[in-house]
Amino acid sequence: MASHSDRRRFLKRGGALASFVIGTVRSLRGQTPAREAILKDSLAYGQPSPFDNTIRRTLGQATAISDTALTTPLQDLDGIITPSGLHFLMDHVKGVPDIDSKQHRLLVHGMVDHPLIYTMDELKRLPSVSRIYFLECNANNRPIRGPNGESVQNVHGRTSCSEWTGVLLSALLNECGVQKEASWIVAEGSDANKYTMSIPLAKAMDDILVAYAQNGEPVRPQQGYPLRLVVPGWEAIRSVKWLSRIKVVDQPYMAWHESGNNADTIPNGKGLWYRFEVGPNSVITRPSGGQRLPGRGFYEITGLAWTGGGAVTKVEVSVDGGRSYKEAALQQPVHRFAHTRFRFPWAWNGEETVLQSRCTDERGEVQPTVAEAAKNLGVPPDYFYQADHFNGVQPWKVNRDGSVQNALFL
Amino acid sequence: MRYSSSLLAAVIILSAWAAALAQGRTYQLGTTPTEEEIKTRDIAISPDGKELPPGSGTAKEGATIFAQKCAACHGPNGNGGGLARGIVPLGNAKPVKIGFSLVPYATTVWDFINRAMPQSKPGSLTADEVYAATAYVLYRNEVIKETDVLDAKSLPKVRMPNRDNFIPAQPGWKPGEKRPFGYYP
Ligand code: HEC
Repeated sequence: MASHSDRRRFLKRGGALASFVIGTVRSLRGQTPAREAILKDSLAYGQPSPFDNTIRRTLGQATAISDTALTTPLQDLDGIITPSGLHFLMDHVKGVPDIDSKQHRLLVHGMVDHPLIYTMDELKRLPSVSRIYFLECNANNRPIRGPNGESVQNVHGRTSCSEWTGVLLSALLNECGVQKEASWIVAEGSDANKYTMSIPLAKAMDDILVAYAQNGEPVRPQQGYPLRLVVPGWEAIRSVKWLSRIKVVDQPYMAWHESGNNADTIPNGKGLWYRFEVGPNSVITRPSGGQRLPGRGFYEITGLAWTGGGAVTKVEVSVDGGRSYKEAALQQPVHRFAHTRFRFPWAWNGEETVLQSRCTDERGEVQPTVAEAAKNLGVPPDYFYQADHFNGVQPWKVNRDGSVQNALFL
Repeated sequence: MRYSSSLLAAVIILSAWAAALAQGRTYQLGTTPTEEEIKTRDIAISPDGKELPPGSGTAKEGATIFAQKCAACHGPNGNGGGLARGIVPLGNAKPVKIGFSLVPYATTVWDFINRAMPQSKPGSLTADEVYAATAYVLYRNEVIKETDVLDAKSLPKVRMPNRDNFIPAQPGWKPGEKRPFGYYP
């Protein structure tokens, strides 16, 4: 299983580093069978440099790796694509299922003229598209205090961006003939809990992908092998993994993970069931919390912006704690519903300062600061301490000694 | 001779028609599932409960099942154990509490227990056991009485305490429109 090979890779990059390097130079003979298998593996599937330490982490822990919650090391990545092995993982289903793609089937039924079952081979014969989309957990970007708030990986590491290849869900639904009265779909995974989500039919007919490939290779087990939904711009809880059933219906089904705790409660006593799109968001990934600038001088500030509204149209960077903002350069082309890389030249004069960014999207929506968000909602800034669905501006404070820390609640 | 060739033609036309029915309209791929195949997989329960199977149960019966199959993780009284949090208040671990269960429909509870519990063996409960376990969970959350019988008719009628405290989902939403509720907050 995926968690096993991850652990193996982690071990390999830890204590066993030195012997690993020597081992590849010498012959494979004389190795224990297990070691031989590891070395063969690493030749059959290329591995990163043993000197590199770009790895996922479990929230708030420096070293231990868990198979239920893993964050993307945004501070160590460049460009806009997240390598598949570094994609974040939030496990709602208690365990990544082991699925043989030859046995896997997708059933489409409900309010359709003719229900159909597809094998993976049949799905791959249909016209496919490749698109670059981010997936962001609805609990990402919580304004966390304490050790969990120290790095961009901990605070924002539950967003990742991949090139997804698959069939448009609209094509499958058209093949089955959706009936007039239908207005929603229910999507179900084939994990042990049969994770379920409801999605408006309008979105299903618009741009949802039924994806079988991620960054050019089959979707990784942790990301839904062999088949998953990718719902562009929406909170990733709707992008059902290990997809095996789509039922066309006429109402939201209020499955467990879309009602109750995943619903928002707001202070006036009302709750929101469906958040759908994520708000305009951005964060500086370098320099960011936990890093240390070696001295004054030139640094290129870089980071990521994304929005459920479509394309990021502008990212502004402030190097004086939000008093003034200047526009950053956006890496071209900018893809809709994808991470957008921004870069901004900066010379540090050695004085204390605060760096932050804010995103504007194609609808003109602007990422708020925590203070602005609190004012809008009539709550103290503390309210966001544990709230989901947050997209506030992230300030990083640079101290005189070059250390960088989360300045959200300083 | 003439007779049999026209019969053959009819058979060919018929089987072509059947093949067209059995496959997608444009690409002619996929197969048609049998009624039985659909039925065994059609487990998602809508708020109106139309997919609920026959069967019934009460909180009294549910207490026995809970002790046998659930208490190991959720604690003897459902107040939480070493392995999972309690079942009271149901689905509510929010910083800003609006009180009681946040689950809007009793069908949601039935559906979740049916598909996901006991976590060590999901899908192993009979329909009667799911009705009884659901009744026990709802009784412990003071939503129904200990003697109330839950079945396909009565379960969808149970009113959850926060049923009206949510802004309803808006199926009329169209892609490209501003988000129904604006961006957070
Ligand atoms: C092996 C441990 C285990 C057993 C046995 C078990 N559960 Fe659970 N249960 C869990 C875990 C873990 C969760 C949280 C799951 C999640 O959030 O996806 C949970 C969640 C629940 C919830 C939702 C609670 C909430 O408020 O979020 C209900 C209701 C529930 N279980 C009922 C039952 C019933 C009824 C049984 C017995 C038939 C049972 N469980 C047996 C581990 C268990």
